[in-house]
Amino acid sequence: MTTANPIPVKIVVAGGFAVGKSTFVGAVSDIDPLTTEAAMTKASEGIDDLGDATTKKGTTVAMDFGRVGLGAELVLYLFGTPGQDRFHFMWDELIRGAIGAVVLVDTGRLDQCFPAVDYMERAGVPFVVAINAFDGVLRHHPDDVREALDVPAHIPVLVTDARHRAAVRDTLVGLVRHAMTVATASA
Amino acid sequence: MTSTDTGASSFRVRPYLLTGGRTRSAVELALETIVRSTPQGHSALESLGMERKQIVSLCAEPQSLAEVSAHLRIHLQVARVLLGDLITEGHVALQAANAQPADRPDLALLERVLDGLQAL
Repeated sequence: MTTANPIPVKIVVAGGFAVGKSTFVGAVSDIDPLTTEAAMTKASEGIDDLGDATTKKGTTVAMDFGRVGLGAELVLYLFGTPGQDRFHFMWDELIRGAIGAVVLVDTGRLDQCFPAVDYMERAGVPFVVAINAFDGVLRHHPDDVREALDVPAHIPVLVTDARHRAAVRDTLVGLVRHAMTVATASA
Repeated sequence: MTSTDTGASSFRVRPYLLTGGRTRSAVELALETIVRSTPQGHSALESLGMERKQIVSLCAEPQSLAEVSAHLRIHLQVARVLLGDLITEGHVALQAANAQPADRPDLALLERVLDGLQAL
């Protein structure tokens, strides 16, 4: 710990189940990613599926996160969103005060990231779409992904590799630049 | 939805025994809000109950709410209530540099984040 008083900032990493969110966070985190658990609130249970037996025991949502020191004065927290749609109540908390979000996309399962793209658009959060080229091979051109996901022209569609620190860093740089553009436009 | 207020579910009820059943914190704390224990907190360490003592000990180094929850394996909402109490009592303090939770970082802060990332 190099300073007594670092400023915390936060970026949310969203996307479908098993798209590589934890790998993405781990690739750039200074610490082994941690997990925080939240209990499902009564308010969120009210709109949950009544037939789900797990809620009767008290469902918890696990969120992985990492921490990146940016010089001595800033600490960047990276939070992975819980995968399933029914945990969207946690997303509201995650995006509050965030710089923005990276929506990770697996081109083999494009439909999995629809909810995340929808959510970020509706919430008005600055976000970028990042195609995770798992094996270093990009199977679909970013323009095709943009079209398939119906991502507006002003939202960057990037290519990343969740396993590699430099690629993850570049994706985060892309998001921050986009957030700056958004902040400038609304100033 | 079947009510679980009867106490039949230990999974649900037990964490909230720590907070006296409260789910709201006296202090607004975001996941990333950084706290640190105070000299008063360190002095009072032996008089605190187990979870509160663990929090004050852990926060000798600045920690976020999310880290407190993760390291001590306490549900996020419970950690938030306990931290709120400790802050109200003066055993733990908010870092002066915390932004207001609802604010999106401004352009100046974003520029610093960009510089920091590019230097990684």
